[in-house]
Amino acid sequence: MTALHYLDANASQPLRPAARDAILAAFEVAGNPSSVHRAGRGVRRILEDARDVIARGFGGQPQDLVFTAGGTEADATAIHAMSAGRRLIISAIEHDAVRSAAAGAAILPVGPDGVADMDALGVLLSAGNPSLVCLMLANNETGVIQPVEQAAAICRRYGAVLHVDAVQAAGRMPVRLDMIGAHSLAISSHKLGGPAGVGALLLAPDAPFAAPLVGGGGQERGRRGGTPAVALIAGFAAAVQAGEADDPHRLATMRDAAEQAAQACGAVVCGDPENRLPNTSCIALPGAAAGVQVIALDLEKIAVSAGAACSSGKVQTSHVLQAMGLGALAGEAIRVSLPWNVTEGDIDAFARAYRRVADRLRPTLV
Amino acid sequence: MTDAPSRPNQPVYLDNQATTRCDPRVVQAMLPYFSEDYGNPHSAEHVMGQRAEAAVEKARAQVAAAIGAEVREVVFTSGATEANNIAIRGAARFAASMGDPRRRIIAVATEHKCVLESVADLAAEGFEPVFLPVRPDGLLDPDTLREALTTPTLLVSVMAVNNETGVIQDIAGLAAIAKAAGALFHSDLAQAVGKIAIDLTAWKVDLASISGHKLYGPKGVGALFVRRRPRVRLLPLFSGGGQERGLRSGTLPTPLIVGLGEACRLATGELTADAERIARLRCSLWDRLRRDIPGIRLNGSEAARIAGNLNVTFPRATASELMHAVPDLCVSTGSACSSAEVEPSYVLRALGLSGQQAARTLRIGIGRFTSAADIDYAAAALAAAHLACEAANPDNPTRDT
Repeated sequence: MTALHYLDANASQPLRPAARDAILAAFEVAGNPSSVHRAGRGVRRILEDARDVIARGFGGQPQDLVFTAGGTEADATAIHAMSAGRRLIISAIEHDAVRSAAAGAAILPVGPDGVADMDALGVLLSAGNPSLVCLMLANNETGVIQPVEQAAAICRRYGAVLHVDAVQAAGRMPVRLDMIGAHSLAISSHKLGGPAGVGALLLAPDAPFAAPLVGGGGQERGRRGGTPAVALIAGFAAAVQAGEADDPHRLATMRDAAEQAAQACGAVVCGDPENRLPNTSCIALPGAAAGVQVIALDLEKIAVSAGAACSSGKVQTSHVLQAMGLGALAGEAIRVSLPWNVTEGDIDAFARAYRRVADRLRPTLV
Repeated sequence: MTDAPSRPNQPVYLDNQATTRCDPRVVQAMLPYFSEDYGNPHSAEHVMGQRAEAAVEKARAQVAAAIGAEVREVVFTSGATEANNIAIRGAARFAASMGDPRRRIIAVATEHKCVLESVADLAAEGFEPVFLPVRPDGLLDPDTLREALTTPTLLVSVMAVNNETGVIQDIAGLAAIAKAAGALFHSDLAQAVGKIAIDLTAWKVDLASISGHKLYGPKGVGALFVRRRPRVRLLPLFSGGGQERGLRSGTLPTPLIVGLGEACRLATGELTADAERIARLRCSLWDRLRRDIPGIRLNGSEAARIAGNLNVTFPRATASELMHAVPDLCVSTGSACSSAEVEPSYVLRALGLSGQQAARTLRIGIGRFTSAADIDYAAAALAAAHLACEAANPDNPTRDT
């Protein structure tokens, strides 16, 4: 069987070998990190070393890092813990994890380039109500990077709290909570080459935290109940460290090559091309439904997706592309996202397959 | 007889109620999914996503089989704590959202902290938390439950096996009482799966929580059983991608779920053999402790108790003195989550122990990987340490103060 060319990293990255080694080593160590005895201390050391690596890697302090079961829970925890007494404002392109935790929120619009409108943020906040703003660092469908530092400055000017979903950005570009100036950062392990099932909420020292979302047991300084997933957390930290050696220019070059091949077939790239994650491309083929393109590429052993992975079971038009005002194109775009271990061979295979698929699917142009 | 034994090469781990070692067979089952079989199980269009999805569904069937449930009644979570939170908060909030006038939520005083907190927190949302006392043997008196149910009740939560004492509640009987009163019934099975036979369909339980790492599976995964006939409805704790039929959003950790499935399969297959072997080890340990430490006392019912647990109050030495004296023996003073706390165990207080008695109590958890040599070491080391503490502190409280 021909190998599959996996170009769906924004759904889940392949596990990095260093992460796998750390996970397997941690499974050898028995014990509950909350126990005071020797076995407990051994496991606690693994947990706290990992906490240190991850917190410092993202510009925070270990005591301000809360481990969760993933990015979705980290986003939900941030909103649950920080929204008491605050009006919610979220950008139009947030992940469903934020959108569904923020029912009734005011929406911050984005431009056709996929970038959130900072003037609009100032206007929304100038009313003076205490607010919690959610703005993602990089969009999962287009890869477009958002002006979070500017958003943080505006929020702090008006006394608002800012939560940044860094799930797609972490591991693909430098991410530092202290440099951004936000109050919290959501990170997911499997999006940066660690295992699925673990993530983190990194809090700024001045972040409010009213109550945990998952209560009981008193773990994570009372901010998240449940025995921590020590082996996964060890893998998460190893992936963060391994990712520091990634070469973003290599990814960007390959991404651009894939894009040029698609554009030669009449495809359109969505979102600000100069301001994106190096691994992500959102490519629309006018006249061809996104779901059909994904299935056609799958038959060619190319794994990509239409929009976010979590909703890929359902056929929905992307809310992100709609918010960018792309009209019919919003239902005709696929997401090509390069994993950390992508090869030239993957890109060549994509280019050839895309040509065949485009020739079949595109209505004859007169 | 009471000479301190020589130190073992490895710490002797007798804290299997806090967590268990991940079974090597479980690690083997997870391995492929930590390497080549990556893929997000929700990316259903492509082949790798489909392989991950098939593995998740196989594990779901294994979990269901272990608890006597249908496959579609199993929802994966990050652990029993999260499952307990979803079950209790989710059932209460759904009922309230449908205009249900009932406000009473009943739990037992000896439940795990995450159950107590979930129930207590609901007071802020207008619910009426009620915590029932237990008898000195740790069992809930059915009449106590019947009396509490005379006020219309939304939900009753009773754990099948207590995490500190190992005492087994009569879940089938208590669930029947709750059902007769029209209440939903939730049971925290974190300490029960693999220790006692479980048949949720026959037991008329509506909601139940499972933990991976308490049954020789990995940490970071668990499951919630949600009855389908009649259908039990919940509001999720948080939403997002809409996975697990909207009850629990977030990318599923395929390898951990495969590990939980394999752990459940092993637990079911080896339940009887494990329980018999572990019971013999416990019997041997208890016989020797009773012989060498006159006045030592077992807390909680001896008959209605899982094979692996001893919860014992020492006549003279405190638990922390003993643990300090025998650093190679991993035992605990109570629940692991609160190990660092100085407060006496609320579970033991609920059984009627004084604060001083609770402070002289150890939880000993024997498990699948405990050897006869481990038991020999524990028996000799505890007896020697107790004697030494007694000699060092002749004024320590005597038994039964």
